[in-house]
Amino acid sequence: MFAELWESFTDALEDLGSVIHFLFRLIVNTPPVLLRFSLISQQIFNSGALSLVIIMLSGLFVGMVLGLQGFQLLQRFGSEEALGTAATIGLVKELGPVVTALLFAGRAGTALASELGLMRATDQLSAMEMMAVDPIRRVVVPRFLGGVIAMPLLAAIFSVIGIYGAQLVGVQIMGVDSGSFWSQMRSAVGLTDVTEGIAKSLAFGVACSLIAVYQGYYATPTAEGVGRATTSTVVTSAVVILFLDYLITAAFL
Amino acid sequence: MRKSRTLNLGTGSFVLLGFAALFFLTTQTTSRGLAIFGPARYELTAKFDNIGDLKVGAPVSMSGVEIGRVAKIDFDSNDYKAVVLLRVNERYNKIPTDSDASIYTQGLLGGKFIGLTAGGADTYLKDKGQIDFTQSAFVLENLIGQVLANFTKSKADSTSPEAADPKPTEKTK
Repeated sequence: MFAELWESFTDALEDLGSVIHFLFRLIVNTPPVLLRFSLISQQIFNSGALSLVIIMLSGLFVGMVLGLQGFQLLQRFGSEEALGTAATIGLVKELGPVVTALLFAGRAGTALASELGLMRATDQLSAMEMMAVDPIRRVVVPRFLGGVIAMPLLAAIFSVIGIYGAQLVGVQIMGVDSGSFWSQMRSAVGLTDVTEGIAKSLAFGVACSLIAVYQGYYATPTAEGVGRATTSTVVTSAVVILFLDYLITAAFL
Repeated sequence: MRKSRTLNLGTGSFVLLGFAALFFLTTQTTSRGLAIFGPARYELTAKFDNIGDLKVGAPVSMSGVEIGRVAKIDFDSNDYKAVVLLRVNERYNKIPTDSDASIYTQGLLGGKFIGLTAGGADTYLKDKGQIDFTQSAFVLENLIGQVLANFTKSKADSTSPEAADPKPTEKTK
């Protein structure tokens, strides 16, 4: 029993070590890839632009729910005008980066993992190595960088759409005064709140993309292995996102 | 060629949209405004005995119109006063030198802001100028303390006027 626990613990440590080793390989190989920006640009399109619809829809609904819940709560204290502040701080600092990262892991992370896993399973990665093309440079790094660039932008879009969703419910439907909605928000939200959100989304972008390409690149080259890589991408990403979220929140306090 | 064109178009518009959203978050949801590209500003300082909970970024207004913002708050340990640095829009450069600055509260429990009232001098405040006449923030606790003091004083007066007589003069000191 204890031996099993110990073994799974050492396995987890081993995984962590090889993920960090993989990250260093990616960073070392980044400069030459930057010269071929079209590769990265295509991955920004795949990870970012194609995730736009789900991000915008979720942002709208999360914002609308925040508007409704916040209004119900604040109404009890007769301070509905603080709705703008409450919704914006909630979205910019917490919900924007976290929900975007979870959706990003589900939408873009799984796509990356299964694509790389299938390349591994069909020996495309080995074929590249045979042709003296480094698959890390040609395939993995552009996907990683595309995700890292796309994630903060998606989180920002999510927050903005969410704020308008909260405004839609609060101001248009519930009748909070539009002027105080925006002016109270502006006086209460500081630049540190926004930078905290950006820092979070950057960290989540690195974590999600790294986990996805790692799982895909080292997937067991079978149909089952690809499936397992995809699943563990989502599971690991979700846990790591929430863990990092706590760390960064604590660091900004 | 055709395909890469639509692809680049998509990537470009996505990145543009993302940066527009970041720009919106930093400028429209915070009190920074368009400070980076904003109008030219000049700086004034004012010393207050007590600034209450005035914050950096609070508005500076004249007749209710916002003319600038609080840029920095410091403490002068020589004369034990709060030094507030105001950054005022260059457009409003005709503030008389004998104007006075007071700290007001927005609404009953809102944030603090600085209100300037124009004086009558013919000379105007320049960059790095100082506003000499200031009035501290209104602190609710002090007011409650005063009310309580008055209350106990009047009570003492009504019960034993001769015994309570020296007390009020002590208190006013």
